[in-house]
Order: sequence, then structure tokens, then C-alpha cells
Amino acid sequence: MILSSTEKMDDQIDTLMADAFDIYGYDFSGYSRASFKRRILRLYALDKMVSFAEFRYKLRSDAGYFNRFLEQVTINVTEMFRDPGFYRYVREEIMPNLGTYPFIRIWVAGCSTGEEAYSMAILLKEFNLLRKSLIYATDINSFVLEKGAKAMFPMNKMKQYSENYIESGGREDFSNYYTANYSLAKFNEALRDKIVFSTHNLVSDTSFNEFQLILCRNVLIYFDRELQSKVFTLFDESLDTFGYLALGTKETLSEKSLNKKYKKTGNEKIWRKISNE
Amino acid sequence: MSNCEAIWIGGSAGSLDVLLKVLPRLREDIDFAIVIVLHRKPGADILLTDLLSSRTNIPVKEIEEKDPVKPGVIYLAPSDYHLLVERDSTFSLDHSEKVNYSRPSIDVAFESAAEVYKEKLVGLLLSGANADGVNGLLKIKKMGGRVIIQHPDSAKVSYMPAQAGLYVDYDALLQIEEIADWINKL
Repeated sequence: MILSSTEKMDDQIDTLMADAFDIYGYDFSGYSRASFKRRILRLYALDKMVSFAEFRYKLRSDAGYFNRFLEQVTINVTEMFRDPGFYRYVREEIMPNLGTYPFIRIWVAGCSTGEEAYSMAILLKEFNLLRKSLIYATDINSFVLEKGAKAMFPMNKMKQYSENYIESGGREDFSNYYTANYSLAKFNEALRDKIVFSTHNLVSDTSFNEFQLILCRNVLIYFDRELQSKVFTLFDESLDTFGYLALGTKETLSEKSLNKKYKKTGNEKIWRKISNE
Repeated sequence: MSNCEAIWIGGSAGSLDVLLKVLPRLREDIDFAIVIVLHRKPGADILLTDLLSSRTNIPVKEIEEKDPVKPGVIYLAPSDYHLLVERDSTFSLDHSEKVNYSRPSIDVAFESAAEVYKEKLVGLLLSGANADGVNGLLKIKKMGGRVIIQHPDSAKVSYMPAQAGLYVDYDALLQIEEIADWINKL
């Protein structure tokens, strides 16, 4: 614990946020406070900091440590075919529709280490659409993107991923998609080649392409309403008419100005852009 | 002005049966929120919400991110997310690493609620097989809130309430049939 008083601690979190912005250009002011604070306290304990002053000094003066901060305060927990019901819906309802486009662009925003991007690549492959597709996988944090770009994931996760895959309606042998390499599963180049990993900060960066499908699952839960609204506008600018926006299971397209343009489809948290005005 | 703004209930193995017995006996005009954080398998959230709803006339709602916490409502934490609460009394969800092998973690939920509701919070810990919740109860006490624990003798799995009883300076240790009465007097 940095200091005993909650109010004082909140001031200190504000100080760190101001430092992150002034020195490194990262703006965390729109992040949900409770979670952000918990992540900072967790890092503080994890790295056995003895005082707030030391913590702050290290963050301000050591860019390498700031990268660690970035990696630890943002949340990078993800899995392949996470929420199988969601992927079943994408497989059954969205893939056939995407197939009608001459070229398919998908954006996985806040992709972390890329598990959902690989899941999408697998789906596209099974629909024979991969060759005419490109998946943009972006995150605020370049370290996790480097991991994703290596296409290597822990072997001990494969059982869970394979179960998710089957539950989501997959009929292939999931192990065909990777080669076991000691403790790591190396995913096929054919999948990797169709994913572009790139840094993108949803807080400050603009639209960079038009997509038929944007996945941003369990990212907006960390943003306050104001920042969410900004990000929804960014997604709207980046989505083709009739494109799909897919959110996490407990997230909602809360931006009122977009209510008329979007229609919720099915029981999953997926909205379709039905008009451009 | 009530002296209780919210009661947060944590439970693991064996706690659902307790809730099914306690909920029907709660007075329907509660003027605080009840927030339930249970360890359970991901998915099928709607079934549990329906099951709890069937035992009480108090509205039961599964939490979505940013839902405002309203008095007179029973909230259920969704599976596979940590539950936190913001200073403006809206719920936050967090899909970070498991804590005590659990997501939602009762510790995470209680600690967050303790900071926001301070002395106006009651924490209740039920049956369970691990020590999740104990640190959360300690934090609730530290912030001036009250703590009640299901009597380990009455718990299907006594480890969790027993651990809490050992480490936390609780306000009451209650048999299942005493829990509703205690809450109704708040």
C-alpha cells in the first residue's frame, strides 16, 4: 500500500497519470478509476517499491520501466475463441456475409497478444476466405504486439483453446493449426501472414482504414463513458456501412448518437451499421 | 438516512443453497443495494439470475459494466470478471488475472466496495473452500464497515468462513436462519 489514506492515494494516482502524459504522451485520464488504481497498486506491490517517491522517480526517469508500467496497468488477459457462443455466432452468421466482399478487412482493437486475431484468421481459413482477408491487430502496447507477431503461445493453453474452438462449432482438429515446439505452440505461417500487428492508441490515434468487422472486446470496460463515446465515434468512422462492431459480453454500444445507425444482431454483443447517416 | 448503503455478499462452494434460503426471508422494502459475488463457472449467467429471482420479489439484476448501484436491487456479479465499484457508485468490470484462483474474486470486490462505501458497507461471507474474501473483509473493517460471517458449523464447506472467523474482527457469526433477520434490521 502506498499510503494509508485513500484520498492521498488518489492524489498520487493523479500525479502518476500526469507524469505518463507529460513525459511519455500516454493519456490515462479517461480510464475507469477503480481498475486503473488497482493495477497501479498491484504493480507497486509486485515490484516491491518502498515509497511513492521511488516509484514515481523510476517511472519518470526510466523509459524501460515505463514500458513495464504500460504492460502491467493495461490488462492483457485474453484467449483463443474466448466466449465460444460469440465465435459460434460469428461463424454461423457473420462469416457467410463477409464472404460476399471482394476484400475483407477486420480490425481487432486492443488485441493484446493477438489470440482473438488468430481465432479470426482460423475462422476465415475455414470459410476459404483467408486469402482475400487482412486482419489489423492493434494495441497501445508494443511489447504485447511483438509477442503476438511471433505466433507462439504456451502449449499448456492449447487444451482450453481447443475446447473453446470445438464449443464454438469448429470441426477441424485444432492441433492442425500449430506445431508443438517444446512448451510453445507455433501457429501456422498462413495464419500469421494475414495479420498486421501495429500499435494504435484508442485514446489519441485516429481512424486508419475502413473495415467490415471491428472486434473490441473487453477493452471499453476500462474506459469511462466519455472516452467510450470518443472510441465509438472512431469505430463508426472506421466501419463500412453494413459492417459489424463486436464488443465484450458485458459491454454495450452506449453512444446515443449512434443508436439510429446501428442495430443489434442476435443475442451476442454485436451491432451492425445499417445506415451511414 | 440509513446507516447502510450496500451489503456485499461473497460465497463459493455451498453458498448458493444459503442464498436460496436467505433471499425469500428478506424484507422487500430494503433501502440499500445487495451485491452478490459468487465463484462459479463461466457462462449460463442468466440461469443463476433467474434462479435467484424466483426466490424474492426484490428485483435481481446481473451487472453490466457502468450500471449505477441503486438501492432496493439485488445485483449479481457476472462470471469471469472481477467486480469493482467507482466513487460515483457505478459498477466497473475488470478481466484481469484471477486472484485466489478466482474471477470474480471476493477480495477484489470487497476491497473496492470498502473504499467507496466505508462505514456504510456490510460484508457477508458465506460457505466456501478457499480463503478468498478474508482480505476483503479485513479491508471493510479497516474502512469502518461491518462484517458478518456465516457460522462455519452451518456451512457446507466451512474453510472460507472459518478462515474469516479466525482473522477478522467480525460483528456477527450467524447461522443460516439468522442471516435474513440480521439484514432485515439494517
